[in-house]
Amino acid sequence: MRLWLEQRPERSRAMSVISPLIAIALTVIAGAIIFAASGLDPLRALFIYFVEPVTTLWSIEELIVKTAPLVLIGVGLAVCFRANIWNIGAEGQLTVGAIAGASVPILAPHWDSFLVLPLMLLLGTLGGMAWAAVPALLRNRFGVNEILTSLMLVYVAQYLLDWLVRGPWRDPGGYNFPESIEFQAWQSLPTLGAGRVHLGALLALIAVALLFVFMARTLKGFEIRVSGEAPRAAAFGGFSRSRTVWLCFGISGGLAGLAGICEVAGPVGQLQPSISPGYGFIAIIVAFLGRLNPVVVLLAGLVLGISYLGGESAQIVLGISGKTTQVFQGMLLFFILACDTLIRYRLRFGRRPGAGTAGAEQAP
Amino acid sequence: MKKMLAMAAGLALSLAVTAVSGDDKLKVAFLYVGPIGDHGWTYTHDQGRLMLEDQLGDKVETVYVESVPEGPDAERAITRLVRDGAGLVFTTSFGYMDPTIKVAENFPDVKFEHATGYKRSDNVSTYIARFYEGRYVIGQIAAKMSKSGVAGYVASFPIPEVVRGINAFMLGAQSVNPDFKVKVVWVNSWFDPGKEKDAAEVMIGQGADIIAQHTDSTAPIQTAQEKGVLGFGQASDMIHFAPKAQLTSIIDNWGPYYVARTQAVLDGSWESSDTWDGMAEGMVVMAPFTNMPDDVAAMAADTTEKIRSGAMHPFAGPIYRQDGEMVIGEGEHLDDGVLLGMNWYVKGVDDELPQ
Repeated sequence: MRLWLEQRPERSRAMSVISPLIAIALTVIAGAIIFAASGLDPLRALFIYFVEPVTTLWSIEELIVKTAPLVLIGVGLAVCFRANIWNIGAEGQLTVGAIAGASVPILAPHWDSFLVLPLMLLLGTLGGMAWAAVPALLRNRFGVNEILTSLMLVYVAQYLLDWLVRGPWRDPGGYNFPESIEFQAWQSLPTLGAGRVHLGALLALIAVALLFVFMARTLKGFEIRVSGEAPRAAAFGGFSRSRTVWLCFGISGGLAGLAGICEVAGPVGQLQPSISPGYGFIAIIVAFLGRLNPVVVLLAGLVLGISYLGGESAQIVLGISGKTTQVFQGMLLFFILACDTLIRYRLRFGRRPGAGTAGAEQAP
Repeated sequence: MKKMLAMAAGLALSLAVTAVSGDDKLKVAFLYVGPIGDHGWTYTHDQGRLMLEDQLGDKVETVYVESVPEGPDAERAITRLVRDGAGLVFTTSFGYMDPTIKVAENFPDVKFEHATGYKRSDNVSTYIARFYEGRYVIGQIAAKMSKSGVAGYVASFPIPEVVRGINAFMLGAQSVNPDFKVKVVWVNSWFDPGKEKDAAEVMIGQGADIIAQHTDSTAPIQTAQEKGVLGFGQASDMIHFAPKAQLTSIIDNWGPYYVARTQAVLDGSWESSDTWDGMAEGMVVMAPFTNMPDDVAAMAADTTEKIRSGAMHPFAGPIYRQDGEMVIGEGEHLDDGVLLGMNWYVKGVDDELPQ
């Protein structure tokens, strides 16, 4: 008697649409059980975790601040993952984008012009693209697995940033502490509203709209989808796999870099040894929870954003551990992957059929 | 449109603030960089918070947020605490400096206390302890107890506070054995047990038989015990984690400061200030001297007493830089300004400072 997975003859379309909702529901239920086990009223705890963060204008603004980079990176990754290209290194592309964009205010601190901010955003995007070009090149020229190269380049980028802010780019008036100079008003993103919401949120919305149209309505978007779903068909159709790799890494790297410079020129306001609490990695959850669809990614970004803010509320109001956030994010990813697996496969008990059909059980 | 949004936000803000200010107890909030169970830096701040609850519990209520990343998240977390009604906020990591200043500008009626930074304003004070006093003492013990004459130092970030600690340790050691050597490994984290353990193992492998640490977990001292060498705890008494290895530990004692500052807010006498207290004020305390012969313990107790009474200064001259240049001569000691910006090693440290 054993448990095994049998591939379903066809995937239910309805189920793939609602699977993230099931995953969220299961996360909430599992969360309620955890809260109850810690001796809390589960309903009140869930309210404080998921609802309270959106009950005041201030916290909604903070939610937007937190969500903007997740969505910017998440939509880029969604395009990439659609093509079965696994860019796991968005965190590194974000870091290099931030470095490239911040080079303007740090190297030319007194250059006050309306050109400064656009140039920073442009350099940020190009920086992210350049960092993403490395795994793309290695993949196309040498067939190197892009999961490993993009991931390892994250650490290289972080050490580069670390070296810069402790060395050549350190604020000369900062008592040797590892920080760059603070950016001036003309070197920072304009804010929208009374709080900390900045131009990055608008850029995220634009990116969502553009990529939605791109994926749904253009030949290139079609190429990317076919290239991921049916690589052989794409090859017969004359679509170049290596061009798709370049394009996907370019888009996702560029958006991650843009998110990086938006963080640095927005809420952070200077270069520091750590400029992101792992947005590049959390955006992977966002992309999957968003079904790799740009519009749904926007909603998924909000869900993950709430999980951060809710973790803080829970600590302050309920006095429970700060690890709650990670527990919820982990459960969410687990349930999404579990739901997706069960859409493709069905659980079987008992003996596997003979070797003749074994080949059909391999994941595509 | 932008103006309207701003007005609406302002209105909501004022409503929210009045909504929570009905409580008559003073709410004192703490922002922590690590988990309260790190048994190091954050743990000792939380011990201070508990002491505050214990002593002023009828007049104050405390709240904390742990493991808050330094950077923009800190600004949100601090604002959140203030919006929840906190009247006094302690932000306990260097990276919270700019966020603390920014939030303090928006809430002029709330008092803020930032640990280890240098930026102050009308409603932001700073405080830090003179840990280097304890590091001089453990340097002396290290030189007495080491057979190889080499200590390994697990360091966090190359900021002045940490460099100062390494130098004080070295000067203490040299006062006993002028040829003593210190190896340094930077783990670039305040709390990363895995990296801290690796760093300790590497240096023990290179001949260090004493492990000192300026990171917050118990991993280095536990590694020392596993490998059969000696070491020092950090921030709290870590004797339970390494009963055979711990010689002593430099304990951060924040409680009295937290009680005094909170009392000042209650009395209405709170003013922005810059506090740098040490053994004399009881902010730095040595754990019992264990795993060493009586004469070494007596020497350590004697040095501690001399530093406490002011008869001895850890940075008394003559002091030489790594390159041999004399920084200060006989009969004088380095002043606080030099100590606060220290970014050079004293002679004998076997490491190049990351610049």
